[in-house]
Order: sequence, then C-alpha cells, then structure tokens
Amino acid sequence: MFERRHLLGLEGLTAEEITFLLDTAESFKEVSEREIKKVPTLRGRTVVNLFYESSTRTRTSFEIAAKRLSADTINLSASASSVSKGETLTDTARNLAAMRPDAIVVRHPSSGAPHLLARHVDCPIINGGDGAHEHPTQALLDLLTIRSHKGGIAGLTVAIVGDLLHSRVARSNLYGLRTMGARVRFIGPTTLVPPHFAELGAELVNDLHEGLRDADVIMMLRIQRERMNGRYFSSLDEYSRMYCLSADAVAKARKDVIILHPGPMNRGVEISSTVADGPYSVIMDQVTNGVAVRMAALYVLVGRRRGVEVASTDETDAVARDGATSGALAAEAPLRRVAMAE
Amino acid sequence: MSLPAQDAQLLITGGLVIDPVQRTQRIADVLVQGGKIAAIDTGIAAQLPARARGKGGPPTIDATGMVVAPGLVDMHVHLREPGFEYKETIATGTLAAVAGGVTSVACMANTKPVNDCPSVTRYILERAKAAQLARVFPIGAVSVQLAGEQLAEFAGMHDAGIVAVSDDGMPVMDAELMRRALECAKMFDIPVIDHAEDRTLAAGGVMHEGAVALRLGLRGIPSAAEDVMVSRDISLASLAGGHLHIAHISSAGSVAMVRQARASGIHVTAEVSPHHLWLTEEAVAGYNTNAKMAPPLRTEEDRQALRQALADGTIDTIATDHAPHHKDEKDVEFDHAANGVVGLEILLPLTLQLVHDGLVDLPTAIAKITSEPARILRLAAGRLEVGVPADLVVIDPTHEWVVSSESLLSKSKNVAFEGWKMRGRAIVTLVDGRIVYDRRPESASAAS
Repeated sequence: MFERRHLLGLEGLTAEEITFLLDTAESFKEVSEREIKKVPTLRGRTVVNLFYESSTRTRTSFEIAAKRLSADTINLSASASSVSKGETLTDTARNLAAMRPDAIVVRHPSSGAPHLLARHVDCPIINGGDGAHEHPTQALLDLLTIRSHKGGIAGLTVAIVGDLLHSRVARSNLYGLRTMGARVRFIGPTTLVPPHFAELGAELVNDLHEGLRDADVIMMLRIQRERMNGRYFSSLDEYSRMYCLSADAVAKARKDVIILHPGPMNRGVEISSTVADGPYSVIMDQVTNGVAVRMAALYVLVGRRRGVEVASTDETDAVARDGATSGALAAEAPLRRVAMAE
Repeated sequence: MSLPAQDAQLLITGGLVIDPVQRTQRIADVLVQGGKIAAIDTGIAAQLPARARGKGGPPTIDATGMVVAPGLVDMHVHLREPGFEYKETIATGTLAAVAGGVTSVACMANTKPVNDCPSVTRYILERAKAAQLARVFPIGAVSVQLAGEQLAEFAGMHDAGIVAVSDDGMPVMDAELMRRALECAKMFDIPVIDHAEDRTLAAGGVMHEGAVALRLGLRGIPSAAEDVMVSRDISLASLAGGHLHIAHISSAGSVAMVRQARASGIHVTAEVSPHHLWLTEEAVAGYNTNAKMAPPLRTEEDRQALRQALADGTIDTIATDHAPHHKDEKDVEFDHAANGVVGLEILLPLTLQLVHDGLVDLPTAIAKITSEPARILRLAAGRLEVGVPADLVVIDPTHEWVVSSESLLSKSKNVAFEGWKMRGRAIVTLVDGRIVYDRRPESASAAS
C-alpha cells in the first residue's frame, strides 16, 4: 500500500510502504529483460525531469523508466531552462504546473526544494536528490539490491563509508534500512560523521577496519573532491589512505559481503579497482535495479491514480486490440497482481 | 489630592495599573492631561466635578477588567526605511507597533544607506515624526557600511539622536574594532548592541547545528558560534569598561556566561526574542522558512535556559528582532530564504503568556517589555508615574485571538506563529496622551 501523493523521502515511510515499492519494482524488473522493453501503463502521461544539478545516471535512469512505461518525458536542466535567467523555483514550478505534467522528478542542490515544489504544484513530485537531505529512489534501489542478494533486509549489518555529512544517499538509506530492521554503521572521520547522527539511529565508527567487522553489506559513498579542501580532512591522499576500500578491508566483513556504490566511483580514492570489479561488487545490479525502482515509483504515484480498472484492464484490452506482443500483455500480469494486493 | 479637572483630556478608569519600576499593581484610575500622566489614584472619576463627568467632561476609557501599562518598548526592530520600503516603512512598522501596544521602538542600522552617519539618523527621525505613531529611537552602526573595518561617526550620530550602536546582522569579527567601539560608546553613555555570532563558525549555516539539521540535510550553526563571541565580547567589555548588550541571546552557554559576567560586575545586559522563548529547531521541519532566523532557533534545553534566565533577571528584556521580509524572500529554497520574522504584534500576548505559565508575575512581565529596555537604552519611556509622558497601553488580558499573517498590519507577513492562539491584546494605545490605536468596538477607526 502506498497512498502518499509524493515521494519526497524515505523518512517516515512504513515498512509496509517500502516493501510495497520494492515488490512493485521487482515486478517491473522483467520488463527490462524483454526484447521490446515497453509497457503501456503510462501512455499519454507526461513526466518532467527537472534537474538543477548535473546528473547523468539518475536522470537517464528516470528517463528510461518513464519511457519503458510509455510516458512522454521532458528533460529540463538548470543550464537549459529559465534558471539561468533568474527565475525562482516557485515560478518555474507554477509554469510547469500550468502545462499539466503528471509527475515531476526534481533534483536540486538545496535541501527541501522538492517540498517547496510540492507546495506549488498539483502533480506528484519525486525527489531525485535534494541537497544533503534525501535521495529516496537511490536508497530504494539499494534496498532492492540488498534484498535480492540477501533474501531480506532485517537483521543485516550495513556499513556506509565516507562523507556521511553531505550525503543524501546515506540519509535515505539510513531511514530505509532502519525501518526494514537492519543495523546501520556510519564510518568515516568525525568531521564527516558528526555525533548527532547517533540520534538518527546510526552507529558511528571512525576506523574503517573496525567498522567493517562482520558487515553483511558495505556501501561506499562518493567523495566530493571539491569538499576535500583541507577543512574536513587534510588531503584526498590522507583520506584515501584511511578510508579507501581495499581487499584487506573487505576481508574484515562477512565472507558473503556485498559491496554497493551509488556512483560515479572515484577509483583509487574511496574504492580500489580490485574491489570495484571484484566478486563482491553488485554495483551493476544497482544500476539495473534503479530503472525498476523508478518505474515502480512512477507507476505507484501516477499510474495507479486513475484507478485499478484502468490500469489493469482497459489498457490491457487496448494493447490486445492493437496487436501488441504477448510480452506486453504479460507485463500487465504483475501490475494486476499489485493492483489486487491493495 | 487636587484634581486638575479643568484641563483633563482623558480618563482611564478601573484598570489594573502596573508600575513596572516598582513592580507593583493596583486597581486605579489614570488621568491624562496635556500629554502627561496627571494622576494615578482610586476614585478619580468619582472626584471629578459633576460638570466634568457629564457631557463635555473628559473622554473616558473604561478599563474595568483590563490592564493599564506603560506603552511597550521594543529595543530591537528593523523598520527597513530607508532603502527597503518594499519590506516595511517607518509608517507601516510603527503602525504595527502601536497595534501591538508598542509605543517606543529602537530601529537597527542595516538600512540602505546604512545608518552610519547623522544625516541618515535625522532622516529616520523625520520620517518617524511624520508618521505620528510610535516613538522611534535610531540605533547607529558600529562600523561604516557595517563593514567591520572603520568606526562610524558615533559623536555625530549621537548628537542626531541615536541611542545605541550595533552592526546587527553583520557581527563584528574584528576584536580590536569591538574593543574600540565599546570604548567610544562609553563616552556617549550608550550601549554597544552585539549580534554575537562568529561568522567563520556560522558560515553557510541556515539553522541550529544538531540532529534536526542533520535529518533535514541543512547546514548547521553550532551554539558555539554565539558562545565564543559572547565570551570574547564580555572580555572586551571588561577591558573597555563600556556597556555591552547581547542581542537576541539564544544559547544556554551564552546565558551562563552573561550570568557570570554580571555577577562579577561587568556591565552586560541581554535581550531574548519571543521566537527563541517559544520555538525550537523543530519548527524548521518541513523547511518552514518562517523558522529561519539568525541566530537560529535552538534546542528545548536552550529554550528552557532562556526562560529561566528571563525569570531570574539574567536576561533583562524581550525584544522582537522584528525583521520584515517580502513573501518573495521567504517563498524560496530554505538555503536561500531571508533570515528573520516579524514580531511587533505578538510581543505583548507572548509576554503575558509567561505570566499564565507562572514563570513571572504580571508586573515583572510588563517590566521586561517597558522599563527594562528603557533602562538599557537610557530612555524616559517605559514608566507609569505622575508627570511622565502618557505613553500607555490598555490591555485586555483575556482577549483570545488567532495569529493570521494576512491580518497583520506590518507590511510583511513573515510571522513564525501563524495559527497560534494568543491570549491578551492591546485594546487602546496612547502616545503623548493621544490615542494612536484603538481596537474598541465603538471605535470606528480601529486600524486607521
């Protein structure tokens, strides 16, 4: 069940809601394995990708997800839109709303920008990453990856390493993982892992090797080189010597540990190539799951709004009449199952 | 006693009259004559000649069940004029003031141009005189252009009428300049009002540093940013011998240092804002830009320390830091939103709430917003005694109302207490014996 209008973050979502999103994503994974990777679920719908920060991976992932659901997609980036002319986010939101999109995916350098947008438009908002706040679809794809490799999330120990202070990925994962019953360790220098994180439910460890002990999952965060200006840590080299994930460090974790990275990776800085390309790495699974999770988010927030019968019968019939492939018909099966489960 | 009935202009009958200086209260009538308080006593109305009591007698305000207090003094207000008239003008700001029972405001120097020279000071006073509402007492800048480099013209501004100096909003980072400011201000017997915030520690911060900021992904400002400056400036006040006034004190640590400094005889006073007394960092949840201010709303522990310090006298006064901002400056990303909230119209009920809460008694609560700020700024205002100018407010302490930004008289609507239920309101406000605001039902021109 997921009755919320927007997906602004994982904080406050229930385990049932998260499970529902993951189950829905699971049902979409198969679509991307087909020869014709498209289902008609969001045909005639418009999804706007409003990106105020450069992003290749997330924007592409959302765009592919929307297209595989047959939605029309529009990409607006900060440099291409009226942002450079000094328009406020509120005005941009109102203008977009006037064009009646069915969903807006927003990425913005300021925490809370999607919440501001949500106050000014009617359509669902999906947070594609806001400042240092949340990146819910990234955490969902991480949860999906962990769940499919480990069979579940409850009881696992997940170590997240790096610049936790500035990481929206870490926050969303913290909320999602804790809600699903995992232990979460934040590992990094105190300047990047401030003590107040303990109040949010994380265990804080400075030493990499100590923190990785018996971990089921290791999640490496990308280090923003521009932040390593000597204020948080002496230098990138020194950081790397203490926190780069080497094979030695991985050996401290459980034998069946899996390693995640939200990308893009700084090889040799926060993760050694040996590890990144090694047998524990599930980084490519994350990317694949990213599309499924974003399809699920769009479907749950947009596709279901028209009602169960439209999503599960009318369009199926329409597709059948149009002589669609049997694969496209089959794609409706998981959707119907989802719909019936409500 | 002899009653100057012939010249009586206004009689306020049957109210609970507060003397904030003596910290006393009693039911009495107040007679206003020639713009001054002529008498305070029981039964003045009964003693008036029959002729005066009937038609042609003095206009009467029936204050039965009400509180009669000196007009409030708010020593920390941004009137925005000159330069930012789209946020507030001296006319709209002083209208909001008198509607809230405030008859004296001290206005900060961060206008455009900055009040760092006598001509700007005189301009502000002229505009205030033209508005004919609350009294306005300009605060001059500490440094030219608030740039923190060169002292402003204290002597000239003092001649023109400033009552204090402050670089509010632009904390003085240069310790030596602060020392010299304290030394110079001492010559004119005016306080240096200190926005105590270390700008290197606060850099980029938009709310209190702590678990809530981490949760919201917002950059924090630690309490230490205030504490280190309060500590530094107490040392400098001790060195220079001047009067240091800490504006909008917000942290438990700063409060403790002020308490200790006062105990050791250093001339330090302090004010607290209503929002720091009532709100915490939690108010930011949902990226509420009307909970963004400098210094930031802090923790419940800090809030309790502030309330305690107000009760024990460590904090002298409640001052609003009335900071009007246009909607367009608040309806933006939290990172980019302007700091501050309006406060002139909620100062009185939130101060009375401290009495309802049992934190202080009524005369003390009233003193915190009348005689105490007047003492800090060496103003003649904030008293209710025979012979002083009749700046008065008649308060209905039971009047319940709900804060609605749209009904505020301030030009800007950025209030932190939207939807809050308030108890107590200014019903009639007088300056120099003249009614400048009247909320009585029979008054047709309540908001004129």
